[in-house]
Amino acid sequence: MATTLLSKPANEPAPVVAKKSKLSFQLSLLTGSFLFFALLLRGIATLPLDTSSLTSFQNWLNSVSDWIGNNRTSNPVFTFFINVIRDFIDTFVTGIQDLISQAVGNNASPLLGWFGIVVMLSYLAYAVANLRIALLVCGGLISLGLLGYWQESMDTLALTLAAVVLALIVGIPLGICAGLFPRFEKIITPALDFAQVMPTFVYLTPVTLFFLIGPASATIVTMVYAIPPALRITAVALHEVPWSSVEAAISMGSTRMQALRKVQLPQAKRTIVVGINQTIMAALSMVTIAALIDAPGLGRVVIRALESLDIGSSFQAGLGIVILAVVLDRTTTAAASKVDAENSHLLDHKHHRQILKIGALLSLIAIIISRIYIWAGNFPGTGVLGHDIATYTDNATNWFQAHFVNVTNAITNAISYGLLNPLQSLLTNSPWFVTGLAFVLLAAILGGRKLALVATFCVLGIVGTGLWSDTMATLASVLVASIATVTIGIVVGVWIGRSKRADQIIRPILDAGQVLPAFVYLVPFLGLFGATRFTAIMAAIVYAAPASIKLMADGIAGIPASISEAGIAAGSSKWQMIIKVQLPSARRAVALSTNQGIIYVLAMVVVGGLVGAGGLGYLVVAGFAQLNLTGKGLAAGLAIVLLGILLDRITQAAAVRSTLQGK
Amino acid sequence: MISVRNLWKVFGSNPEAIIGSPDAALTRQELRAKTGNTIAVRDVSFDVAPGEVFVVMGLSGSGKSTLVRCMTRLIEPTQGELRFEDEDILKVDEKRLRELRKTRFSMVFQHFGLLPHRKVIDNVAYSLEINGVGKSERHARANEVIDLVGLQGYAQAYPEQLSGGMQQRVGLARALAVDPQVLFLDEPFSALDPLIRRDMQTEVIRLHHQLGKTMVFITHDLAEAVKLGDRIAIMRDGAIVQIGTPEELVAQPADDYVANFVRDFPKSHILTLRWIARKPQPGEDLNGPILAPSITVRNATRQIIESSLPIRVMENGNLLGVVTAVEVLHLISGQD
Ligand SMILES: Nc1ncnc2c1ncn2[C@@H]1O[C@H](COP(=O)(O)OP(=O)(O)OP(=O)(O)O)[C@@H](O)[C@H]1O
Ligand SMILES: [Mg+2]
Repeated sequence: MATTLLSKPANEPAPVVAKKSKLSFQLSLLTGSFLFFALLLRGIATLPLDTSSLTSFQNWLNSVSDWIGNNRTSNPVFTFFINVIRDFIDTFVTGIQDLISQAVGNNASPLLGWFGIVVMLSYLAYAVANLRIALLVCGGLISLGLLGYWQESMDTLALTLAAVVLALIVGIPLGICAGLFPRFEKIITPALDFAQVMPTFVYLTPVTLFFLIGPASATIVTMVYAIPPALRITAVALHEVPWSSVEAAISMGSTRMQALRKVQLPQAKRTIVVGINQTIMAALSMVTIAALIDAPGLGRVVIRALESLDIGSSFQAGLGIVILAVVLDRTTTAAASKVDAENSHLLDHKHHRQILKIGALLSLIAIIISRIYIWAGNFPGTGVLGHDIATYTDNATNWFQAHFVNVTNAITNAISYGLLNPLQSLLTNSPWFVTGLAFVLLAAILGGRKLALVATFCVLGIVGTGLWSDTMATLASVLVASIATVTIGIVVGVWIGRSKRADQIIRPILDAGQVLPAFVYLVPFLGLFGATRFTAIMAAIVYAAPASIKLMADGIAGIPASISEAGIAAGSSKWQMIIKVQLPSARRAVALSTNQGIIYVLAMVVVGGLVGAGGLGYLVVAGFAQLNLTGKGLAAGLAIVLLGILLDRITQAAAVRSTLQGK
Repeated sequence: MISVRNLWKVFGSNPEAIIGSPDAALTRQELRAKTGNTIAVRDVSFDVAPGEVFVVMGLSGSGKSTLVRCMTRLIEPTQGELRFEDEDILKVDEKRLRELRKTRFSMVFQHFGLLPHRKVIDNVAYSLEINGVGKSERHARANEVIDLVGLQGYAQAYPEQLSGGMQQRVGLARALAVDPQVLFLDEPFSALDPLIRRDMQTEVIRLHHQLGKTMVFITHDLAEAVKLGDRIAIMRDGAIVQIGTPEELVAQPADDYVANFVRDFPKSHILTLRWIARKPQPGEDLNGPILAPSITVRNATRQIIESSLPIRVMENGNLLGVVTAVEVLHLISGQD
């Protein structure tokens, strides 16, 4: 249960013996009494609710949604504000789609045929990065066509671009404000924290409520998700500019605006480009998920395939997303290092400029060709390669399932009977007030009165949504996946934190893993475990592990040499070093990596609702599909938010607690 | 030229309330603990004459940087009066302030504060650029000052390609580019190693002779202060404890703090014969060699020791006193 997991960081030996034993005593007492009462009163006040039944709150949400549906064309808030935004964004997105993905009017192809796009984007990649990246872009785009998903890929790209452009238009100026005005930053930070803790999934329903299903909603959802990194990193970029140079500029009589334009922004450029990279990756990840609200593109293919358990096609389309992700990530990362190179003045500008001119000319020619010749307009063939890949994947999956059914079953059963089922039955059968009180007390122990209040609010809120029982089912999956994630995080984190070599090999894999949009992770596990909770849990572990491992590794690597040396000088063995010196010193890293692990896991576990995981995620998905369940879907989203806040706040408090203890 | 009167700078919330209240008498730590405020500059008054090099000295945290930033209002003083050529600096509006900064004042910073993304020449030309001077004109002027500080040939380099000493030359050139009336230098050479520092000090002296700028120079190095300063102000905990010529500080430290500061400095290098001359004793032979009172002890030592008779210190034909090897030894051994 939560306590056993969360008490981990606090259980490390601490210098302040008295305090530490008091805390662990409190935590064991809490765990003990929770188990006692949960079992004693089991079956009482568990607040179960059938999928098809609705509470009055959920009915009310339904009626709100109906009301919005009925007033969409008459209420001034809609006609003058929301619909205007929707039309604007729709026009913008459709414009980009007409350009690269959707056939316009009587033409068979979009304004730019594939040939023109490939040449132009490769050229752009060369312009912002280098030749190697240009080749990567060229190869990547062509393989998307060979996969048979040219149009879907371009749709995804179009939506991503639209959302990124809008997110940057909003995010960068706000980020600059945050960088310049500490007070503004202070106000906006909690909102950003909140937006980043939220599982992407829960944005979907409320946005469609206002903006209807379609490209506009997909873009807005994506913007909401992509603005925080853009804003945050821009602010960081400005903070990073040495104050001394700003001060010097002001001492020479610059206005604030001049200092910003001539001193701060040029120096912040590189980090802002890194921010653009993050924004693009966030947008891509969200655009694929937005397929749930009918965003066109690769995500839609994956979701259809996932829903019909068509492993081959989902893998094929998933591969397309991965290619797109790699191409976008590499290009923007290389662009950032190029800004670096410019900053260190290594570039030969004249030569470069000439090549750029020639490239621009070539792109123009390619675009014209792509508008004249059919072969250059629509990607030729029907994706031979893609078909082969799908077939091959299906065969491989079948083979694997035939030969390893025992292994996967063994894993499934071991985790089911050993951990997941008992935990789930404990949580779903325990009276809500016992579990709720346990959370509040845990919060009180770790974070004092204020946190206890937050916990009370979350617990009562979840009860209010009418989905307590489903929340507990989700919580059980989240806890199992988190335990696994944190264990992996600590083991691998310690390993690469201790060894430079391991770090060099593993970190790039972790980085690559973090670039992929969340739900491509579902694909391979769906092949292995079918449509069960496990697919979601396994995908969650794989999705969450990189963040967890990295934080842990940084924590271990960040232990001051003096502490490690003292340990070695005292004659500690390797294991003694790890257990007695490094883990305790990195206590905060353990807590932080737990925190991040849980947040990522929660996001993924709810997405697992798509592939047979029950609980809140399933209700959200059902809410998209069935009109009479819209209210329930919204309630489920709210419950996820509350659960997210609860878990986040408590683990953060544990992190703070362990930092204090370390001192 | 510059006149500072009763200047205060209090950091923290509600700073005005501290000044004049009994809290103002508390030490830094006590006040910090009590109200969370820090008095960085405490009731400071002084004048700087045109062409003077005015040095501000003090231990780390004594408020030097805050003081010098208050003088150009990079930090807004809490209270006090600040005049520059009969203009009340604390009263001028933003626009006028920027104009003063663009044309009259220049600053040189401890950590240079150069703009890494600009070439040396564009760093130096920055203030001309924001003054709206055209490109060719400002580059011509920038090249002039680059030559002036001895950086010929580095105009097209980027700051990070230069050594620390050269970077600070860029800082100096940048400050001189607009031909300001006053230069404020905040520990400009503290980040440099001793040899380079000496070169740079010589450079500043040369520039001062050549251009005659008024300078407010911050340092925590007494040797530097003595070498460059016409007058030195010593700060402690935000307040000025003594202002005087290097000689006055060494000869008559106002309190133990100042005495401590100057203790290790070889006095014979600063003090002149005027400070050690004594009344001739009755019967003393007054036919010894004559020296002027303004000669430093160090420069007179050889003659004093070689002379068998007491040296006579004479000014305008009047006998100020006599000096023998005994006085010199007393001074050098530090038991005066
Ligand atoms: N922005 C600020 N907010 C609060 N306190 C400050 C601020 N800036 C300076 N102080 C405090 O004011 C005091 C004087 O600082 P100042 O930087 O002027 O000292 P300094 O004499 O220049 O020291 P150094 O030789 O280290 O540069 C210090 O106690 C410092 O902590
Ligand atoms: Mg200072």
